[in-house]
Amino acid sequence: MELLRFATAGSVDDGKSTLIGRLLYDSKQVFEDQLEAIERSSLARGDEFTNLALLTDGLRAEREQGITIDVAYRYFATPRRKFIIADTPGHTQHTRNMVTGCSTADLVVLLVDARVGPTEQTRRHATVASLLGIRHLVLCINKMDLVEFERTRFEAVRREFEDFAARLEVTDVTCIPMSALEGDNVVDRSSEMKWYDGPSLLHHLEQVHIGSDRNLIDLRFPVQRVVRPIASSELRDYRGYAGEVASGVLEVGDEVMVLPSGFSTTVEAIETADGPRKEAYPPASVVVRLADELDISRGDMLCRPRNRPTSGQDLSAMVCWMADRPLRKGAKLALKHTTRWARALVKDVTYRLDVNTLHRDRSADGLELNDIGRLDLRTTVPLFYDEYRVNRATGSFILVDEATNATVAAGMLLRAND
Amino acid sequence: MTYRLSHLDVLESEAIFIMREVVAEFEKPALLFSGGKDSAVLLRLAVKACWPQRVPFQIVHVDTGHNFPEVLDYRDHQVESLGVHLVVGSVQEDIDRGAIVEHPAPGATRNRLQTFTLLRVIEEGGYDAVLGGGRRDEEKARAKERVFSLRDEFGQWDPRAQRPELWHLYNTRHQSGEHFRVFPLSNWTELDIWQYIERESVPLPEIYFAHEREVFRRGGLLLAVGPYSKPRADHGESAFSATVRYRTVGDMTCTAAVESKATTTGEVIIETAMSRVSERGATRADDRFSEAAMEDRKREGYF
Repeated sequence: MELLRFATAGSVDDGKSTLIGRLLYDSKQVFEDQLEAIERSSLARGDEFTNLALLTDGLRAEREQGITIDVAYRYFATPRRKFIIADTPGHTQHTRNMVTGCSTADLVVLLVDARVGPTEQTRRHATVASLLGIRHLVLCINKMDLVEFERTRFEAVRREFEDFAARLEVTDVTCIPMSALEGDNVVDRSSEMKWYDGPSLLHHLEQVHIGSDRNLIDLRFPVQRVVRPIASSELRDYRGYAGEVASGVLEVGDEVMVLPSGFSTTVEAIETADGPRKEAYPPASVVVRLADELDISRGDMLCRPRNRPTSGQDLSAMVCWMADRPLRKGAKLALKHTTRWARALVKDVTYRLDVNTLHRDRSADGLELNDIGRLDLRTTVPLFYDEYRVNRATGSFILVDEATNATVAAGMLLRAND
Repeated sequence: MTYRLSHLDVLESEAIFIMREVVAEFEKPALLFSGGKDSAVLLRLAVKACWPQRVPFQIVHVDTGHNFPEVLDYRDHQVESLGVHLVVGSVQEDIDRGAIVEHPAPGATRNRLQTFTLLRVIEEGGYDAVLGGGRRDEEKARAKERVFSLRDEFGQWDPRAQRPELWHLYNTRHQSGEHFRVFPLSNWTELDIWQYIERESVPLPEIYFAHEREVFRRGGLLLAVGPYSKPRADHGESAFSATVRYRTVGDMTCTAAVESKATTTGEVIIETAMSRVSERGATRADDRFSEAAMEDRKREGYF
């Protein structure tokens, strides 16, 4: 069975919690005791019907305030696929949650109210999804029951959104007319909208082709751990390199180059606790043995001699700033990229991106909480990286405040002289 | 050739990656082992992540003193066959020396008391990362838990001050005195766990499979008759014999059985897939007290 990870975004008013509750409920993932619990809560709140949105409320503060604070992960499966939902809150001040949810997602589901159409927030979320390299976007045009299931309204909202999305890098946009509250086009096709001949949301999630989204071309194997069981007598001479294949396909007998040393050798074996393998591809965790004894440590990288990542200390990146304290030019931060830690100096804030208009504000000299902008960085050691849009695993990094140890930014690397 | 891993392979690889990050970036990790199915899977994954080396960290068991004897036997057998080092934190000893006080009410569980013992063992052991088998599908408050979850010097969890967790780039930095709880099974569901147990032939304590047992009904749950939990005749409770199995394993006083005829992993998988009641709802008396029971315990430093 295949795994699909998707993020959902939209505000409480768009009916996002209802939609997720409906997906879980209609795909029979809600257990009787959970349903009874929300029936009791709905009654206590004075709701007129069982409020499926309550299924997704987690923390006490959220129930009290009727809002969602943090990314919540939910799980369901159909006979075709297993799904992981990153349910992200919709308030504008929580862009960081959207970035977090998108960072591991294959697809993003956005909701809009059919009566209102795309809002500033819709555009913001679509932009974030695009920046985070999401290839598949689904726009659920919800509350169709409140516009008499009218096709003209659906088409108008769709056109407006597609005009905006044309400026983004998302290649696959699907619009679905829906009533999450009534269940139209969530799991089953709606009988109210005969004019719509597309799939229901669940059908689309089950069928959408994600197999080609991974990078199977550029071999990148960041060394996570050097395995040298010196203490064990029978394994004294064993030397292997544990890690997850970030991209590309690694095969026994392949010639590989080790960075930063630049030495080449061949892959002698690809091993796991379950035995040797001929090849490994993302996201497999394996141990690699090489033909020659080389000086290799955690944070080094295996690649092919004729297909190497960029190696450098001067980087350009799009960054989402996630801390209350603003980022200023000259800041020094810790940086984690693949399995390597470095320190980074913020040399310049090139521009701040207005995610509503996509305008680049070049007068900005810093980034505030939830701002997205372009930075020039200098790191203490070279990073072996690719452009984020071609390789999410080797194109991403986080920045960490060295005083508080808080994660303060998500970064997506750009081509060296872009 | 599709170059595609199945969902179980993806989950396994993700868990191995997380454990290797722990071994690479922490000074003194430990693994929490309860003898339950999730910790059995966790231990199996630790063996795979560390292969061909032995598991280099200690295995910690918090023993409430109310454990199923079958589970303790199973624990000792696992520890011996893997050659790992076991550290037992005894809730009974903490009660005996007066460090914690047991609730006097009949039928009171030691669930909440475990937190004290757990935090004591973590502090005494000097562990900076503690691997646990928690899953996000278990409970509402857990759905918002990070894979690498920071605890302050009091062991407390602050759900509103969690670090954003991006890609697979785990931020393991912390001050001395703080520690991390690490949950490699975050993205697994109960069904995934069972499918993995079957695929990998992971041994489990026999109480996970259908057997005859003396039980009684309390608050809609089936509890085992044992030295620490007995039916109260004055509450209309009476013992009877039933064919049951356990979906979770914990303290005998608050872990309930479910009626079942499933004697093999395959039969359990079918039952799990068909089940209409959640794992915690069916079996955990401790989560029924309030809607936020788990959230409150987690804040204090619970598993």
